Amino acid sequence: MVARSGLDRRAVVAALLRERGRLLVVAGLGSPAYDAFAAGDHDGAFYLWAAMGGAAMVGLGLAQAQPDRPVLLLTSDGEQLMGLGALATIGVARPGNLTVVALDNGHYGETGMQPSHTSHSVALAAVARGCGFADATTIDTMAGVEGLRAVVHRAKGGPRFATAVIGAEPLPRALPPRDGVLLKNRLRAHLGLPVV
Amino acid sequence: MFAALKAADVRQVAYVPDAGHAALIRWAHADPAITATVLTTEEEGVALACGAWLGGQRAVLLMQSSGVGNCINTLGLVASCRFPFLAIVTMCGEWGEFNPWQVPMGQATAMVLGAMGVGTVRVERPDEAGPAVAAAALRAFGRDQPVALLLSQRLIGPQRW
Repeated sequence: MVARSGLDRRAVVAALLRERGRLLVVAGLGSPAYDAFAAGDHDGAFYLWAAMGGAAMVGLGLAQAQPDRPVLLLTSDGEQLMGLGALATIGVARPGNLTVVALDNGHYGETGMQPSHTSHSVALAAVARGCGFADATTIDTMAGVEGLRAVVHRAKGGPRFATAVIGAEPLPRALPPRDGVLLKNRLRAHLGLPVV
Repeated sequence: MFAALKAADVRQVAYVPDAGHAALIRWAHADPAITATVLTTEEEGVALACGAWLGGQRAVLLMQSSGVGNCINTLGLVASCRFPFLAIVTMCGEWGEFNPWQVPMGQATAMVLGAMGVGTVRVERPDEAGPAVAAAALRAFGRDQPVALLLSQRLIGPQRW
């Protein structure tokens, strides 16, 4: 059961992305993408606008292709509930450089704040632990977020999973670019890859 | 087909286990230059292939035609970002199918892929399989055109029940 009160999601993401260095970021559709964009746009970030449930697997493909760089996957309770199997796949693939952070407010914020499964019986960190993640925690303090930031920026020791317990209050949207080709090519250019 | 995937520099092989793909799956796991990823459901492989491309690697998704239906919404990611996409699909429900429940999705496979903007090429004979993979890899990675090879059920051979 996730309490209604929780951390400020924007502050959580801003702390994780502070001085991001070599970190690559994939953010799932909706609020995780808004949070990542609000923390400052960056060529090393890829925001999804669709494919709900798929962000974690985009993160896995990227992490496997760039094993020397830390990859942070920002998702939400609603999205990861749609891709629970991806946690099993990541647990088996064991990418040492991938951290999945689920921003968990226990609700579907985009659609009218209906309670999600994590407001009831489901604990995503426990699912991730059962799937074989090297580490899976639930964080509900900013001190905990700071500790998470330190390991998120490491390219070894994963896969890690963290549920960040956030508040459910609505925030102004911060809309990243919606041009998918632009987002794809600027990340590839950031990595020194051809874009034609 | 595996040699053609290697020649095309495919570095990630994602799959849902399938008898028709068993040899490719085995060789992918045995090859130190390839990361083989076992999936719980096929749409995971669509998203994985997009992530691999973001990171500079080419990926292929191996699945049965039944799995194509699972991929529909995630294929929107391929279309929206113009990601290269290469899939190899073993067909069910078309030639000597034992299980009638496999027929509806087998019959809809090419239509579903087409509806989401993925081109399809049928492979009917063993001697055309390797060249078809080479051509499809060029179409996907060299031309940004999503494509699926459909390996006919007749090619794969009869099911044993």
